[in-house]
Formats: sequence, C-alpha cells, structure tokens
Amino acid sequence: MSAERTQGGSSAGSARAIDGGRFGRGAEPPSERKHEFSVVGRPLPKIDAWTKVTGETKYADDLVLPRMAHGKLLRSPHGHALIKRIDAARARALPGVYAAVTGADLPRVKFGILPVSQDEEVLCTEKVRMVGDAVAAVAAVDEETAERACRLIDVEYEPLPALMSIEESLAHPEIRIHEYGDGPNVHKSVALQFGDVEAAFAKADLVREDVFYYEGNTHLPMEQHAAVAHAGPDGKLTLWSSTQTPHYVHRVLAKALDMPAAHVRVVATPVGGGFGGKTDPFAHEIVACHLSRLTGRPVKIALTREEVFYAHRGRHPVLMWLKTGFTRQGDITGCHIKTWLDGGAYGSYGVASTFYTGVINPVTYKMPVYKFEGARVFTNKPPCGPKRGHGTPQPRFALEVQIDKAAEQLGLDPADMRRRIAAEPFTKTANHLTVTTTGLVECIDRVVEASGWRAKWRGWRFRAPASPAQPVLGEASEGAPEGGARRSEAPSEKKRGVGLACSAYLTGAGTAIYWNDMPHSGVLLRADRSGAVTILCGATDIGQGSDSILAYLPAEVLGIAPKDVHVHPADTSLTPVDLGSYSSRVTLMCGMAAIQAAERLKTVIAKAVAGKLEVGPGELVFRDGKVGAPEEWDKAVTFARAVELAEAMHGVLAFPGSYAPPKRAGKYKGGGVGPSPCYSYTACVVELTVDEETGEVELHDVWIAHDVGRALNPLLVEGQTEGSVYMGIGEALMEGQVFRKGVHKQPSMLDYKSPTTLEMPEVHTILVETDDPEGPFGAKEAGQGPLLPVPPAIANAIYHAVGVRCDEVPIAPEMILKGLERRRQGKAARVGPEKIPVFKFKEPLVVESAFGQPAEAIAVRPFQS
Amino acid sequence: MMRLPPFTYLAPRTLGDAATALAEHGRDAMVVAGGTDLYPNMKRLQFEPKVLVGLRGIRDLRGVRGSAREGLTIGAGTTLSAVAGHPEIAARYPALATAAGLVSSPQLRNMGTLGGNVCVDTRCNYYNQSHEWRKAVGFCMKKDGDICLVAPASPRCWAVSSSDTAPVLWSLGARVRLVAASGERTVEVSALYQDDGIAYLAKQPGEILTEILLPPADGWKSAYLKLRRRGSFDFPVLGVAVALRLEGARVGEARIVLGAVASTPRPADVAAAALVGERLTPELIARVADLAAGPSKPLDNTDFTHPYRKKMTRVFVARALRALAGLDGSGRPVEEVA
Ligand SMILES: Cc1cc2nc3c(=O)[nH]c(=O)nc-3n(C[C@H](O)[C@H](O)[C@H](O)COP(=O)(O)OP(=O)(O)OC[C@H]3O[C@@H](n4cnc5c(N)ncnc54)[C@H](O)[C@@H]3O)c2cc1C
Repeated sequence: MSAERTQGGSSAGSARAIDGGRFGRGAEPPSERKHEFSVVGRPLPKIDAWTKVTGETKYADDLVLPRMAHGKLLRSPHGHALIKRIDAARARALPGVYAAVTGADLPRVKFGILPVSQDEEVLCTEKVRMVGDAVAAVAAVDEETAERACRLIDVEYEPLPALMSIEESLAHPEIRIHEYGDGPNVHKSVALQFGDVEAAFAKADLVREDVFYYEGNTHLPMEQHAAVAHAGPDGKLTLWSSTQTPHYVHRVLAKALDMPAAHVRVVATPVGGGFGGKTDPFAHEIVACHLSRLTGRPVKIALTREEVFYAHRGRHPVLMWLKTGFTRQGDITGCHIKTWLDGGAYGSYGVASTFYTGVINPVTYKMPVYKFEGARVFTNKPPCGPKRGHGTPQPRFALEVQIDKAAEQLGLDPADMRRRIAAEPFTKTANHLTVTTTGLVECIDRVVEASGWRAKWRGWRFRAPASPAQPVLGEASEGAPEGGARRSEAPSEKKRGVGLACSAYLTGAGTAIYWNDMPHSGVLLRADRSGAVTILCGATDIGQGSDSILAYLPAEVLGIAPKDVHVHPADTSLTPVDLGSYSSRVTLMCGMAAIQAAERLKTVIAKAVAGKLEVGPGELVFRDGKVGAPEEWDKAVTFARAVELAEAMHGVLAFPGSYAPPKRAGKYKGGGVGPSPCYSYTACVVELTVDEETGEVELHDVWIAHDVGRALNPLLVEGQTEGSVYMGIGEALMEGQVFRKGVHKQPSMLDYKSPTTLEMPEVHTILVETDDPEGPFGAKEAGQGPLLPVPPAIANAIYHAVGVRCDEVPIAPEMILKGLERRRQGKAARVGPEKIPVFKFKEPLVVESAFGQPAEAIAVRPFQS
Repeated sequence: MMRLPPFTYLAPRTLGDAATALAEHGRDAMVVAGGTDLYPNMKRLQFEPKVLVGLRGIRDLRGVRGSAREGLTIGAGTTLSAVAGHPEIAARYPALATAAGLVSSPQLRNMGTLGGNVCVDTRCNYYNQSHEWRKAVGFCMKKDGDICLVAPASPRCWAVSSSDTAPVLWSLGARVRLVAASGERTVEVSALYQDDGIAYLAKQPGEILTEILLPPADGWKSAYLKLRRRGSFDFPVLGVAVALRLEGARVGEARIVLGAVASTPRPADVAAAALVGERLTPELIARVADLAAGPSKPLDNTDFTHPYRKKMTRVFVARALRALAGLDGSGRPVEEVA
C-alpha cells in the first residue's frame, strides 16, 4: 500500500491558513507555522499499538473476576411468535446453575437507542419478532453448564407468519410486527422537498430514472460482543462492555434496571472492531447486570459469532428509485430519490438511517433542487442500524452508477463530469446543509492522475441498445467503438476495466440522539509535577485510534511527547461524557475539547513561567518538552518545572474542555439529521479484470484520494482508508446478510463471505488536506467516508470492462454472466431490480431550496469560551 | 464462545493401541487427527462421541515413503502443508500438491491431515450450523431430523462431498489402507466413497485409515481446479481433478473426477473416455468439457447457486484440459509453466 499527501487545493477555500492565535503558536507568519507541528502530521504508531500486537490488550472477554459466573441467553427459534408460557424451573434445578430468569423477572420497560423507538424488551415477554430474540437467561458456574441449562428452559410459542422482506411486510398489513410507526409495518416514513423537481426535470436535456438495490450486510468485527457486570455489595453496579457508546448504555441500564443512574458505572473496554455494530445498548449487557444483582457474583456474557449476526444493527437492505435531470454539459438540474429500507425487527437507529438515505446526497454535487422520500419497513429479521457510512452507501451507489450512465449518454468523461458538478465550498445545499471546505475537485484530479485514468479509460466502449426513451445525446466520445478499445490486446476471456466514483460524509452528527443543550464531548485534563499530563475523556477507542488522538493533541499544544500523556477513556464514573464512537465524530469533537482544555492549561503555565523568566506570556513557546522564549531558549524550563511553577501559583492544575457542534440544523422538521461541522470528500478509481467465462472479478488497484481536512496522523488516516476500501469491496462483491426458510442463511465467519487478504488489491491512498476551520487543526473525518465510493467505482469498472450494468450489490459472478448473456441476445445488459413496491409516501414537506447560499466560514459554537 | 461437549480423550502411541481402543468403545468412539473438521462439528453437536481416539501421537502415521517411480506412500497423519510442500509430490503428482495446498487456510493446513481430508464429513448449509440454528429450521436427517431440507421428497441425505484431495486421489488411481483391530485391507479410493450424505464412507467405524498409496507417476500429468468464493478459507463448491497419461501427442488414459457436486466425488467417465486415443485440440476439449458437465448435479446447499456451479463444471474441465495440453484460453499453445 502506498500513500501520499497534499496540502490545500484551490477549490478548498484554503485561503485561511491555520489560525496561529487559536493554537497559541509563536510570532512567525501563519504560512510557516503549518510546517512547524511537532506531533500533528507525523506518522506515529498508535499509543496502544504495542499492547495490541503483543496480545496484552484486555478485551471484555479477557476479564475474569473472582467468583465470576457465566451467563447465556436463550433465544427464539421462531421468526414471529407469541409466547404462551415460559418455565425455567428445570434450568434452575440443574447443578451449577445460579440463576435462571425470564422477562417477568425484569422491570417491564422497553428500551432502544432512539427516544422515538423504545421498542425492545430485554427478554421478550409476550412476543418474539425474530429468530434470535432473547427470551430467558441463565447464570452458571461455566459456559457449558449455562448452555445446557438454556436447553432446559421450556417455552411454548404460538407461531405467527414471519414477514421476511419489504414486499411481504407491505403486502400484509393485517400482520403487525409492531403496533407503532407510520403505518402497518412501516416504522418511519419521510418526505421532504426542496424546490420544484418537476420544473427542474423539464429544464433538463436528459432525465434518467433507475432502480437500484443494495443488499444488507453486517459489520463482522473480529471481537464478538462481551460484557461483564458486577453488582457490588454497596448497591452500585459496574458494567465492562465492548461498546462504542458507554454513555447511552449507562442511560439505558438505569432505565431498564430501574436504578438511579448515579449508582451505575459503565466502562468501555478496548473494542476489537465496532463499525457501528456496538453502538446500541444490547440485551446481553442488561441481562448480565440483572443476573449479577440476583446472584451477587460478577457475571460475564460473551456472544457467540452466531449471536453477533443476530445482534446485527448492520447495513439496511435498501431498494431505491432515483430520477435525475442533467443538462447536455452534465450539470444536475434536480434530483428525486425514493428509498425503501428493510429495517428488521426493531427500531434501533432506523429513523436516522432512513433520513441518511436521503439527506447526504446533495453534499457532494451541485443539486439545486432535491426531493427525498424514504420509508423504513419492519421485517422479522435482526434489526438493521448504523454500519460504517450509516444509510449513505446505498444511495451513493445509486447516484454514482446513475451519473456514470448519464455520462455515457451525454458522451462525457465521467471524471470530467463529476469535476464540473462538484459542490462549491462555503455554500449551502438545497436541503440547508452547510458545506465548509471541500477538496473534491482535487481528489478527482489526484486519482485521475495517479491511476492513469486518461490512458486507461479511453472513452465509452459499449453502446446500450438504442432506446427511444433514453436517447444518446452527446457525440461519441473519443476512443474506439465497441470492442475496438481492446483490439491490441490478445483475445482472452479476461477483460480489464476502470471505474470512478466520488462521495462525501459527515464529520460527526450535528445533533445528539436525545435532545439536550450539553456538550457532545468533554475532557478533563490535568498536569502533574512529574511532567505527565493526564486526559480523561468518555470517548471509546474502537480501533480507529481515538485514544491516540487524545494523546497527540494535548502533546502538540503543550510541546511534549505523546508518551507523556496518559489517556483514560470511556469510564462513566471518571470521564466527562462523550456521546460515543459513531458518525465519525470523535476526532473532531473530542479533539476540539482536548485542544480547548490544553490551551487553558497552557495559558496558566505560561503565566507562571512568564513571571519566572520575566518575559510576557505571549512570548513563550512550548516545544521539545520545554517552555521558554525563543530568543532566550537556553533559559527555557522543562515542562515538569513549568508545571511546578504553575501549580505553586494556581493550585491543582485540572481543566475541562467542552465541545458542541455549531447549531446549523435546517429550520424544518427533520432538519436535525444531516448537519455536521464539516464534510469529508473522497474520489476513487478502481481497476479490475472480469473473467467473461466465470463472471469472476479480480481487483488490481484502487486509487483513493480523501479530503481529511488535515491528517493528524497520516498513518491512521491511511489505515482507516484502507479498511474502508476493504469493507467496500466486501459489500460490492460478496457480503450479504441473507435469509432462507426464515433463518439467517450463513451466520458464521466461514459461510458469510467477506474478503480475505487475497482479495485485497493494491490500495494507493492519497490524502488531500483542506484545513477546515471547524476541525481540530483543520481535521475532518476518515473512518467512514472512504468506504462510500468503492462499491459504485467497482460497478462502473465492471461496466467499462465487459459492458454489463450491475444495478445491485453484491455483484455475484452469476449476475455478470447473466448480463453477458443478455448482451449476446441483443438485450440491455443490465442486472438489477425490476420493480419498486406499491407504496404511497405521505405528502412531502415543501421547503425552499437553500442551494448556493453563502455559508459563514466559522459558525458560533457553544462552550467556546 | 461455542464450547465442546464433554468427552474422554485417548492418546495411543501405536496403531495397534488405537485400533484396540476403537474396537473397545465401539459406537461411542471416533478417531480424531488434526481435529479441524471434527471439533467444529462437535461444537455444533453434530457428533457427540464419548471417547476420542487421538492419532497425533502415532509416529508411524506421519511421513511420505517410496518414490514416484514405484509409487508413493503417504501416512494418513501427514499434514496438508507437508503434502503440499513435498517436492516429489509437487513435481510428479502436481494435482495432489495443488489440492492439498488449496484446503482452507495456512493455519488449518498445518493442523489438518491428509487422512482427515479423505474422511472429512460431507457438508450442507442446512447442516453445518449450530444446534440452535438447526432447531429453528426444523433439523435435517443428517442429524436430529427426518427429512432432507434441500430435497424434502428425497429418502436420502444430499450433503456434499467437500474434500479437495478426494477427487484428485480418485483420478490418480490411489488406494488407501484401512486397519482395524480385527485385520486390515487395502481399497481403491473409488471404492471408499458412497453417494449418500450420511453414509459417505464405505468404511467400518472401527477402521483407521493409515496410508494413502499412490501408483507410479510415470507418464501421467494431473491438474486440479477449485471453485470457491475467496482465495482462501473456503471449501470447494466445485472441484475438477484431471489425470492424463499421454502417448506422444495422443491421450493414452484419462480420468476426470468432479468434487463437491454430489455426496461423493463423481467420475465423468464418458467425458474421460472421449479423450482416449485423441489429440488435445481445442475442439476436443470443448466437446469433453460439455460431456463432463453431464454428471455434475449440484443442489442448492452450498455457496453460489447450483446452476452456476453446474455451468462452471464445463469451464473448469476445459481449463484443466487446456492447462494440461499447454493451450491458453484462446486455444493457442503456450509455454509450460512449472
Ligand atoms: C474454516 C475451515 C475451512 C476448511 N476448508 C476446507 C477446504 O477448503 N477443503 C477441504 O477439503 N477441507 C476443508 N476444511 C476441513 C478440514 O480442515 C480438512 O478437511 C482437513 O484435512 C481435515 O483433517 P483433520 O486431520 O483435521 O481431520 P479431523 O477433523 O481430525 O477428522 C475429520 C474426520 O475424519 C476422521 N478421520 C480423521 N483421520 C482419520 C483416519 N486416519 N482414519 C479414519 N478416520 C479419520 C475423523 O473421525 C473425522 O470424522 C476446512 C475446515 C475449516 C474449519
């Protein structure tokens, strides 16, 4: 894998260099200060790298407490059934069993991550809604005994018809999975319109309507969820759990166990991969607590891999209808998307997911007019939720493939077309989102150049059979007609192709999941006479490196080494609240809070040292573990000495830092989903070979340029980018959370196909830096965005290679062969969904488009002073 | 995590002790070699033996003896890594080295044995699931149920023979030695398998497979191609083993055996017969590939769709033959690649 970096593109609005005053740098002109970072921008190892690679890291399942019992959940074998009777007596009688409980033993409350979807029971009491719903639980001397005891619990069910698809759920309003929602089996239905789409289509030279399907898939973290609970004799409860959101788990435990939140402590253990799969509170966490209260012993529950597939909260299967108007030059006149999400059995983050299938699209390209209708449907399957890219890879796939089709009809180079329509910096989108910096144009230019796009793409090779509805508008582009582009190659069943796609993603959700005016992220920073700095922050490191960021940023501000910073993450009794590791929010939000706290400490230290050295505090520089005036650097004091001076002057040195995003939500109902402090941008080129005999796809190279604002640690950004590419490849080519005969078809690591290292192509990562005014030292997100362009770039490259349009993922070899067969028969070589459900969306909320309005560079943020 | 059910583990040092232990415990006992197939199956409660007779401590079961000239003898306890990396096997029985080297993943090949691979349980995606999953779907006849969930009207089980080496060994004309407390026998690999997902081995429970005997390699060429979703880890969902003895430019003898399309490795005898006495021209290869697809009868119980696996049989047989004939995809001769 290779990587490179560039600084600020002309399109990025990067006239604003880093604000020297903000970071308390010396007196040099700002342009030089950029290169003066001591920690930021360096490819340092993660602070937990050594413990991880040597196996020292203690994950939740590694915890063993004295007298600990092992818990196990009994899960429903039915997709949809009424519970007539549960009797755990036989389980209780088994030697080695400490407790066996059912839902009747727990407080009768429902819970869920979103306040509007409190629809989960810890242990189902009346009804089960999926195979895998928990109905009872056991704590025993060991896991084997707990498992055996579960089999001794008698449950009598009355099966109901299970609804296993969007179509089935909509077709059977008489069978209700839940009683609440926006219609029979409709969890949520939204309709928003910004401007007059019909008028926009009337202005277009080309209007395309396409239908796409994106199969559901799951996170597949290496670590299976585990939790250890300990209800102490003092009546307080501690839960250690592999969770991305200890704060939300804390709130839910208090509710579900009917305990004061003040007596509950949640510690997030190091997480062995989350990707959104550990972002909800789960039944096993609550049950472990309850069993611990009952038995007076610590209780561990570790899920099996199969149970992780049932916990799920993964990518929603989404069916999409997309209609877009284009001018002859490739400009978008307007866009209308309808999405149907297969939500599974519970709400989870589904309301947000539904919005996300619509609201982020206008951030990437100039879309003056936009309409979005979406509906999330309940089915009797494990609930879907937030997986890396949350709700946006599906419409991204649709939009990027459709743009490719339009470019072909218009006779345009798809790279040039996207470059032309890229969103402008510091403007608003049709749906009132604020775009600050964008490096999209530079990202496109960089991948085009690095991949040799111009030499490889060489025009549209295949011509769709002429259809009166969709005429070819442009002149035939440069390059050979059908088949000709390959005339020089040896005849072979293996055909090469390149494809391109772009995307944008949010850097942290602009609103919390429950309404409040408090910080989204907080830190507490203290300095010690030893010269060590300790930072406490509720953030959870799920492998993305947030602990490292919490060390780097204070180290940068205070001029010390990251190793001198101790990081204490995610412990609700010790650390200020951070909302959790989701929506790519941590680096930005914790980072801003950490910088604020470090600046506060720095000010105090500077005052003390200034007194000692008899210079003005503003003249001091913090660098190389010392504090002093640059002109008299030989008199500079060590950082430890500086802390002593400051502590003598001010007392204990401990400073809070708080962050909440700028309040920029659109002033309409639903305007709260989509706003973010800033958006990352990505462009991607894929080169691959398709075997025309087998339909197999072999990926050779992926060039991906990501506008990360600033790479605080380029090594970590590259890691996130490569990981995203990997995940995108899996979603594009093989992964599917699919069901047969009412059960998950392949709930195992072997049979749920996810790529191995052998399927990984060479990834060429290019980091583009736009220095966003909203981010810490200008940084934006990197954890999710780079996944988004990968599936459509693959689909577009397959088309370029063999002329088959795959409007559905995963793209199985069978699909490509089917497309080739259609080609041979002279039919349109398209494979994908043929129809959309009969469904009436509610009347859209019509709001004026804010497209193109200037957006202020720096918005007012709460807690800034 | 999933836990093993309780069992007693015996670790005999000699073959005789192992055979005696098996005889003594009868139906309660099973042998285990590398355990890479059996232990996962036990966790899913597909087997609940009270006694496991471990073969790992028996030195005589490991290693390769003899020469390709006279025929090689491979101990059943030889690991797949050792088989794949053995220079003489790689040079003279390349299909076997290829097949052994394509089994699952490097870690599993370091544990898994050739004997275990020959005896590996048949697979089906209604069967290779946890007890709880199988309960949810209503159990199948291979374990705990009465019907076949792939072919509900069928009186028999359609689990798939999923060994990579079995079709190769069959195509090479290999034999296996089976040792029991009551005596021993040697059988053709082709006689070891039966087309039944449950009773897939024509072997008594008390018999231990001790050796795989390969006939002399002189004059033979062989190839193995495997269809699976990913480049590692995955079982075959189609295996094509081809062995040819060439007499000048013409085929003297030929065997084509298909893996993972039935409950047994399945020979494509009509196709193989069509090769004999002929030159390996692109036209002949196309005809033979069509014929070979005939006996390929996959069902919908593995990864990929079964029509696709059937379709690929043709493609893979043609590719294997082209490789052996030194022809590239277009039918033109290419340089032989070692
Ligand atoms: C994730 C995964 C992927 C896999 N992929 C593949 C694959 O791609 N291709 C493939 O072919 N296999 C695959 N396997 C199965 C297995 O790893 C191999 O077949 C391996 O060769 C089995 O050998 P073993 O020594 O581990 O057998 P064991 O598990 O020890 O035994 C397997 C069976 O054979 C019997 N047995 C073993 N040795 C003898 C003997 N000497 N005499 C009589 N009976 C015996 C046992 O009683 C048992 O029934 C995979 C397994 C896993 C877990």
